[in-house]
Amino acid sequence: MENKNKEQLILDTKERLKIKRHDMPAQNSAKRVQNFKEVSIGYLIEDAIEEAKRCIDCKVPYCIQGCPVSIDIPAFIKLIEKGDFLGAAKKIREKSSLPAICGRVCPQEDQCEKVCTIGRRKDSTSVAIGNLERFAADYEAEHGKNNNISYGKNLYDKKIAIVGAGPSGLAAAGELRQKGYRVSIFEALHEVGGVLIYGVPEFRLPKSILLREVQILKDMGVEIFTNVVIGKTITVDELLNEKGYSAVFIGTGAGTPKFLNIPGEELNGVYSANEFLTRVNLMRAYDMNEYDTPMKCGKTLVVFGAGNTAMDAVRTGLRLGYSDARIFYRRSRNEMTARLEEIHHAEQEGIRFDFLINPVRFIGDEKQNLKQVECERMELGEPDESGRRRPVPIKGSEFIADVDAAVIAIGTNVNPIVPSSTSGMDLNKWGYIIADEKTGKTTKKGVFAGGDIVTGAATVILAMGAGKNAADAIEQYLKTNIW
Amino acid sequence: MYEIIENKSIGEGVNVYKINAPDIAVKALPGQFIILRVHKKGERIPITIADIDKNAGCITILVQTLGKTTHLLSELKAGDELADLVGPLGIPSEIENFGTVVCIGGGFGIAAVHPIAKALKNAGNDVISIIGARRKDLLLMENEMRSASSGLLIATDDGSYGTKGFVTDILKRLIVDDKKNIIRVIAIGPVPMMKAVSDFTKKYNIKTIVSLNPIMIDGTGMCGACRVLIGGQTKFACVDGPDFDAHQVDFENLVNRQKFYEDEEKSSYECHRKEHHNF
Ligand SMILES: Cc1cc2nc3c(=O)[nH]c(=O)nc-3n(C[C@H](O)[C@H](O)[C@H](O)COP(=O)(O)OP(=O)(O)OC[C@H]3O[C@@H](n4cnc5c(N)ncnc54)[C@H](O)[C@@H]3O)c2cc1C
Ligand SMILES: Cc1cc2nc3c(=O)[nH]c(=O)nc-3n(C[C@H](O)[C@H](O)[C@H](O)COP(=O)(O)OP(=O)(O)OC[C@H]3O[C@@H](n4cnc5c(N)ncnc54)[C@H](O)[C@@H]3O)c2cc1C
Ligand code: SF4
Ligand code: SF4
Ligand code: FES
Repeated sequence: MENKNKEQLILDTKERLKIKRHDMPAQNSAKRVQNFKEVSIGYLIEDAIEEAKRCIDCKVPYCIQGCPVSIDIPAFIKLIEKGDFLGAAKKIREKSSLPAICGRVCPQEDQCEKVCTIGRRKDSTSVAIGNLERFAADYEAEHGKNNNISYGKNLYDKKIAIVGAGPSGLAAAGELRQKGYRVSIFEALHEVGGVLIYGVPEFRLPKSILLREVQILKDMGVEIFTNVVIGKTITVDELLNEKGYSAVFIGTGAGTPKFLNIPGEELNGVYSANEFLTRVNLMRAYDMNEYDTPMKCGKTLVVFGAGNTAMDAVRTGLRLGYSDARIFYRRSRNEMTARLEEIHHAEQEGIRFDFLINPVRFIGDEKQNLKQVECERMELGEPDESGRRRPVPIKGSEFIADVDAAVIAIGTNVNPIVPSSTSGMDLNKWGYIIADEKTGKTTKKGVFAGGDIVTGAATVILAMGAGKNAADAIEQYLKTNIW
Repeated sequence: MYEIIENKSIGEGVNVYKINAPDIAVKALPGQFIILRVHKKGERIPITIADIDKNAGCITILVQTLGKTTHLLSELKAGDELADLVGPLGIPSEIENFGTVVCIGGGFGIAAVHPIAKALKNAGNDVISIIGARRKDLLLMENEMRSASSGLLIATDDGSYGTKGFVTDILKRLIVDDKKNIIRVIAIGPVPMMKAVSDFTKKYNIKTIVSLNPIMIDGTGMCGACRVLIGGQTKFACVDGPDFDAHQVDFENLVNRQKFYEDEEKSSYECHRKEHHNF
């Protein structure tokens, strides 16, 4: 009996290896740059089943190790292959509370798909784990109303406050609610989602998908208070000492934009990526007939940087109507940190990438509106602390380019409002909160932290994982009262 | 949630609003502001907190009706609700017993300087206030300012009330003629006024604080739209300010940045007027 199974598997494996990877269908690039609708359309059922067949159900599934929250990848993929899509979604939800989002925004090529056995074979590409995850989650949303969600009951009287409604806070809230605690989220902005609502554009992550996940939390009984800036409206100390919360989770992100500190940065038309994206995403400035927040549009847009934020900004610019939207990056193509899919999509859409270019000065007209940028060319020198080769300027290589708008997408610093208003909580030298990697425990009793406010700008899945881990640790703490 | 308790017009294009906001009222300190949205598709606009009633759990704001958002706001009635209201934002003004201080308010800046004058007086300062407007009927909060100060001086551009001229003319008199030992000046109002005060006090080396009002979005340090140049350094007015040392401020840059969306703002207001008011 056992032998026969093995044979079948070997046979199967050969067949499986013959199947080519099913790429994610996408809107035609000429058409999609004229709208803000989602670029990737999603698998049809047949695509998903065929793609699922490519997974050989490895004895040692490296893919699971590559996933920061250890989703049982082969198990959910095999459920898709069998046609049990709701079961697949349920499997994913055992470990991840935002599957429709991670399936879309995870840098899979650096995580689960990077180590997939199939992908490591010559002439083969890894199983499209992210695409399948997204498929299962979307199927669940359409067909299995609240399929897998075990509704949180009030098992305990204790209340927990979550500060910030980004991925870390939402994940922590969901977990704690399921464990039976009463949970309140406090969010500074008028909408929830963190970077997912103000940063990541509609064409990459439709707001409706985020809202769906948030609705699930609300249905579970999580209380959400928007328009509350913790540290201003209420402090963390007050949440613990006056407002009756037994524990606090801080997930406020790393949302303060860095600037280049070069002359002319104060000119009109020089934006931080956060401002550019917030106007368009959170405030919906792309629809100025309906919404009141204004946005400018010109001909040439240059975005400095090469991460996800830079890709989002430049592709947003294209959709706003900039006819020439480009990336200037001071390193080379190999050092770009954006997701591979975004880089591909940007290239398809006609974004021009210029490498080894560094801005040195912005030049304005008499009204202090940006009109040009002076740059210098770079070459790669010795590796720096990050292990990447350090770009060094080439003498005499300066040139001036005409631009209507420039977006600076070179990363973020910590937002000081919560760290500076909370007593007895230690920070590192950059101002990020010091928290235990596994539990999220800070140096202040009853206060946990996770996501970008601890690690600096990272990823959605890491932030979500940190929120989940902290939820477990909070449960432990509340049950034992041991810090 | 964010209910308007009172909306009263107090002269040409300026309304006083009392808003129910218990959480903000307990926390608010002089110099801080709020951000509001009138409706669900509206923009976020920052407004200084002009008065705080902790017992009643409400705050007062004075708003000059300028464009679409402030116009929509002016149409709200008692009982109506704002879509969003968040605060108190920004760093509170420095309140200490400095000695003799001069509080200057121009236009709706009077509303912003009022709680500061009040707090400075309570802290034991000799508070001389100077308020100014173009005409008598545009002068705001005269009585409130009088009770918040040890002495109140008034300037109108056309001389219809108080001294004819600018607030700086009165300031000059205090410094040059009366030889007052002024330790600190707080000036809030239109940028040209703040700049004129700053240029003047710089000559006499009198520490001067101004409250800056660049365009803002989130008000929490996230977007960087509100950046201002202070001594050549980039600062975010919403989290590092809005109060800054006037002698370090690049006022020209502030004015230019405030004007960036003028065309869009105008056309949005015009569209709105055509659609809803037929004028
Ligand atoms: C444009 C952009 C694109 C990105 N693309 C990707 C991608 O494709 N894939 C990926 O994995 N990662 C991506 N990232 C990174 C990812 O979004 C972040 O790592 C992740 O969102 C961090 O989650 P978080 O919960 O720590 O914080 P955030 O998402 O930053 O959320 C923090 C929340 O806390 C709120 N807050 C802040 N201060 C306060 C306060 N004082 N009181 C109350 N609330 C407060 C904020 O308003 C915000 O809503 C991107 C980031 C950006 C900016
Ligand atoms: C910290 C601070 C405190 C303020 N306090 C007061 C106050 O107490 N009373 C008062 O009447 N006004 C105050 N303002 C100005 C007020 O925010 C603007 O008048 C208002 O946003 C105008 O909106 P609108 O749509 O009606 O006019 P618009 O026609 O859109 O704009 C008119 C002008 O207002 C400014 N403005 C527009 N949008 C914004 C924005 N999002 N943020 C800041 N400024 C903007 C611009 O300079 C613009 O040219 C303050 C501004 C700041 C930054
Ligand atoms: S959560 Fe991200 S890393 Fe984990 S399986 Fe899904 S796509 Fe891969
Ligand atoms: S490593 Fe690849 S092939 Fe192996 S189980 Fe994981 S997804 Fe399937
Ligand atoms: S308003 Fe966004 S950072 Fe100040």
